[in-house]
Amino acid sequence: MLKVEQQQPVEFSPALITKFDEIASRYPEGKQKSALLPVLHEVQAELGWLSAAAMDKVAEYLKIEPIEVYEVASFYSMYFLKPQGKYTLEVCRTGPCCLVGAEKVMDHIEKTLGVKENEVTADGLFSWRGVECLAACGFGPVLQIGPEYTFYENLDEQKVDTLIADLRKK
Amino acid sequence: MARKLLLEHINVPGINTLDVYRQKGGYRAVEKALKTLTPDEVVEEVKKSGLRGRGGAGFPTGMKWSFLAKPEGVARYLVCNADESEPGTFKDRYLMTYIPHALIEGMIVSSYALGAKTSYIYVRGEMMPQIRILEKAIAEAKAAGLLGKNILGSGYDLELYVQPGGGAYICGEETALLESLEGKRGNPRIKPPFPAIAGLYGCPTVVNNVESIAAVVPIINESGDEYAKIGIGRSTGTKLISASGNLVRPGVYEIELGLPVEEFIYSDEYCGGIANGKRLKATVAGGSSVPVLPANLTLKLANGEPRLMSYESLSEGGFATGTMMGSGGFIAFDEDQCIVRNTWNFSRFYHHESCGQCSPCREGTGWMEKVLHRIEYGHGKMSDIDLLVDVSRKIEGNTICPLGDAAAWPVASAIRHFRDEFEWHVREPLKSQETNYGIAKYAEPIAKAEVTTEN
Repeated sequence: MLKVEQQQPVEFSPALITKFDEIASRYPEGKQKSALLPVLHEVQAELGWLSAAAMDKVAEYLKIEPIEVYEVASFYSMYFLKPQGKYTLEVCRTGPCCLVGAEKVMDHIEKTLGVKENEVTADGLFSWRGVECLAACGFGPVLQIGPEYTFYENLDEQKVDTLIADLRKK
Repeated sequence: MARKLLLEHINVPGINTLDVYRQKGGYRAVEKALKTLTPDEVVEEVKKSGLRGRGGAGFPTGMKWSFLAKPEGVARYLVCNADESEPGTFKDRYLMTYIPHALIEGMIVSSYALGAKTSYIYVRGEMMPQIRILEKAIAEAKAAGLLGKNILGSGYDLELYVQPGGGAYICGEETALLESLEGKRGNPRIKPPFPAIAGLYGCPTVVNNVESIAAVVPIINESGDEYAKIGIGRSTGTKLISASGNLVRPGVYEIELGLPVEEFIYSDEYCGGIANGKRLKATVAGGSSVPVLPANLTLKLANGEPRLMSYESLSEGGFATGTMMGSGGFIAFDEDQCIVRNTWNFSRFYHHESCGQCSPCREGTGWMEKVLHRIEYGHGKMSDIDLLVDVSRKIEGNTICPLGDAAAWPVASAIRHFRDEFEWHVREPLKSQETNYGIAKYAEPIAKAEVTTEN
């Protein structure tokens, strides 16, 4: 993961700008602010999180005020305003998943990784957190890993071990 | 075997591709609508079908469409609500994953009916794999001349885009969704004006759930009158039910509305009963927002008749002895589950998801979470139980959007039906940490005296 310090300036690659342009073309003339959420997803996929410098750059691109970006990035739960592990395990913690053992899975992840919720492991590989309902209640417990939000269903402690071992090998 | 309109071909290999979808009769509705029907005739068929919004509110879709303002020279929009986030609901994810073209086809026909030239599918951001699936399906449809300029030579133009959300339950509320689509925080708007008059970018807009839009396809293929013959009373057609919790076979099922709840839970065609040979304690029949019911009232109405999976039957008895169809998120709790713990869990969810705009919801959801937490963890007072009822009443009806009600109802209903379990937590703080209250009287036949008419 590219580590970006808070004040370090950010430059978007031409490929990323092309992607932004394609996104912005989906909306009527003058309504390009609509591109904000998808553009932030693209930036986060590239940088791993959203630094103030990155958000300022997005504001510049969309010709809006930086505060309009900050208020959106801080409202939605998917945007990280702090650096995360390379893999962030997001476990559903809502009712239906808890009925089938989500709390046990979270305890196991905490023990296995040795870090608390929202903390990053020393090697920078992992972080984890409980998130609200991921709309897969029938296949719980579930977790997802960005930026492509790959889904892991019907989890138990053994499956979590396998998953973490596989990710370490990558 | 019950009729399947949406999931009939779910197991056909390759049904997620345009070719196989067309082989199975896909895109017939587009041809029929664009070549033989006027937009108003499509609206008329949907009205006749009696289709009710599948996102949770149950408002008649055709009626919603007919409210759309059509001023000259102003763009109109159709926005599909695929921000599926209601705990217990996962049918839209399922549909989009396996039969994405059913939604695309529905979007084309519905956009044509409403006169929209640009339409958006707002998908919750966490469903990135489904977003990729839909984008691929749209590209396929476009290459086949089913989207873009002059669709099938009809002269009708439509561009369809997928918009990712950012992870916020509140964006399932239609005006919050529109705010989000405009690149803002998901704060619901004050209504009126309704989106039908001033929606996306201030233009007339219809927002419909994924399943509602997909249901337009069989309605056009078979006619509204034919669709209305399926189901029971004013609950016409089929409904996708997301079944979760302690069931033998959780998953997504398409049912004909009017199916007895008992059959849905216990028959092998559906959920196959309660997992691990346990007994049913309670259910949440329509997603976390609707009132929780004890097992006895889930299976039977207060008068002893079987309860059916329909809008009317599920809400029979009001909130005293009934619940709601909601989004069809059916959660089953076995005898080992703790109602207090689950209610606290749901309260934490609503506190987390409150947008913070209205004080009763912003503050009240947090208070309810705190009070429930202390009861669950053995620090509760007897007065806390009525305090919860008091807070829930002060949230309900006092907020801009229904999230306030959705947060209040699960708490109020849990106390209404399971007060003894809350009291037990307070009286036995240590014991309640080690063991659970169990099933008590909830699975027994309904005692007449317990049925109150208070709502």
